[in-house]
Amino acid sequence: MDKSMYAIEVDKLTKIYGKGETAVTAIADATLQVKPGELVAILGPSGSGKTTLLTSIGLINEPTHGKVIIDGTTVADEGWLPGIDLKRLRREKLGFIFQHHNLIPFLSALENVMVALEINHLSGAEAKSRATELLAALNLGHRLNNYPTALSGGEAQRVAIARALANKPKVILADEPTAALDTENGKNVMSLLKSLAVENHSAILVVTHDHRMVEGFDRIFHVSDGRIAGEETNSDGN
Amino acid sequence: MNLAVRDIRYNRGRFILTSIGLGLLLGVVISMGGIYRGLFADALTILNITKADIWVVQQDTNGPFAENSRIPEDIKYRIKAVPGVVEASPLSFQTIQIERMDKPLRFFLIGFDLNGFGGPPVILAGRNIRQKHYEMVVAKGMKMAIGEKIRLGLNDYTVVGITGKVVSSSGDPAAYVSLADAQDIQFKKDNDAIRNDRERIGANLADIPTLSPAQTKFLKQNISDITESTHTVNTVVARLAPGANLHEVQERISRWNHFRPISVEEQTKILTKGMIEKARMQLGLFRIILLVISAVIISLIIYTSTLDKIKVIATLKLIGSQNRVIVGMILQQSLLMGVIAYGIGYLLIFLTYEKFPRRIVLEAFDLQALFAIVMAICVIASFVGIRKALKVEPAEALGG
Repeated sequence: MDKSMYAIEVDKLTKIYGKGETAVTAIADATLQVKPGELVAILGPSGSGKTTLLTSIGLINEPTHGKVIIDGTTVADEGWLPGIDLKRLRREKLGFIFQHHNLIPFLSALENVMVALEINHLSGAEAKSRATELLAALNLGHRLNNYPTALSGGEAQRVAIARALANKPKVILADEPTAALDTENGKNVMSLLKSLAVENHSAILVVTHDHRMVEGFDRIFHVSDGRIAGEETNSDGN
Repeated sequence: MNLAVRDIRYNRGRFILTSIGLGLLLGVVISMGGIYRGLFADALTILNITKADIWVVQQDTNGPFAENSRIPEDIKYRIKAVPGVVEASPLSFQTIQIERMDKPLRFFLIGFDLNGFGGPPVILAGRNIRQKHYEMVVAKGMKMAIGEKIRLGLNDYTVVGITGKVVSSSGDPAAYVSLADAQDIQFKKDNDAIRNDRERIGANLADIPTLSPAQTKFLKQNISDITESTHTVNTVVARLAPGANLHEVQERISRWNHFRPISVEEQTKILTKGMIEKARMQLGLFRIILLVISAVIISLIIYTSTLDKIKVIATLKLIGSQNRVIVGMILQQSLLMGVIAYGIGYLLIFLTYEKFPRRIVLEAFDLQALFAIVMAICVIASFVGIRKALKVEPAEALGG
């Protein structure tokens, strides 16, 4: 398959923290590709290196070695490529969903989504219209003006998902998105992510340690001791 | 969307309380500036309303506002005769403190020639002094009513008029009486003292055997007249004709013995540089200290507010926010706090400055300069928060 067909391409990615005797290899020689519309999980216990892998793909953590290509743009090859505008790439191509919703407490649900759009240079009116549409699609039309403190955990996480989707990113990265939710809400969020992957044709990469939450994912990468230890592919092709 | 305004709106209680606290502090700074200007205005009030060109005072003194100055009243005729002088009028000044309604009443008594100048600049109520004796015009700051009587020296004086805000260089309200009354109040002895002096002079003259009784009587009368005379004033003020040369007039009067002609410029310098210099420096120092305290407080508030928003800042960075969005949020909050606090401080002083015991003069330039300084402090104070915010890593948004 042509490499430009992938939303995410990671080739022999290694991240080492520290130097000399104190150096710690968090992830080593990780190689994976994710296609647009594909829902992929990185599964592993705490400290296995899955979040380091996610943050390197998310242009937050500079890889020590290896290559990272996002939507056909090479961003890292033995470190960040010179002149690469990481912020712009994060803004335009990536969407983030966090373990805790990380909504801005002093902004309403609507404004939390709008802020991502305005940062990407949309006008206030356009941002408001798109944010309202997104929240309504996620059944939050009645919660537009509520502050995060007035939202339930599930609602807040859906607002966070709306914010991640706001700029129609090619890649959505989710770091333990269900960790702060009960099982039912967690499953709902995962189900929402699955449908979004299909509808928006976005590559969704979810990091989790919870086996129960990855049901129905297209592929699952098992990470252990800083290495990708195995890969499972869902045979039903959902 | 303005993040600074949204944050303030959400945390408005805390923001308003902080702004009020800072506003009170800035109010003190504004009032200190007003007091400083008030000191100048008070010090120069009598100088300005007298509208004299030259103040003739006792030689080797700095005049009646700085120290004792006594010159004979009749020198006014000689001064009037100097070429270039169109008017000369004697004035007497003394600070008096009496008991009124069981409270101390301190005021600055000005005696003026009813046919000259240097009297009340304006009459707000009642009338000016018409009789040579026992009438007075008081500044409204004395809070006396027309018809009210007070005892000064040996006599009672009736308030016949109220003048405007006339105060001495130390801020005491002024009262005006005729020159003759002022001289009586300042110099006239009571009857017992006069009798004692006359007896003492008589006894001393009687001890001189070469004097005949007629000579003794003549001398006693003349000596008593001189010692009992009250025709002394503190200064004679003069106005010059248009185009007259001030320096020439000064030089001419200087040539006489016993007198010093002080120009308005020199008198201003004596009043401002000499008399209120220390108070001015003290107020200036207080203002600097308070502004430094304000800067420290703003820095602390902005810094702690930034610490509270570390996760928000990290999230903004993670979703690709430009640094200017984050810097703008912090800077705008700091500036908004400064603007609101300044407004509160200004409003507070604007509504209360008339009630201050001392004169507060709010000058537009001072207020604008302070506003600019407060804005500069806000910008500088926000650097601490901005520095912290710029160091925040997007990765801090991850995890619990």
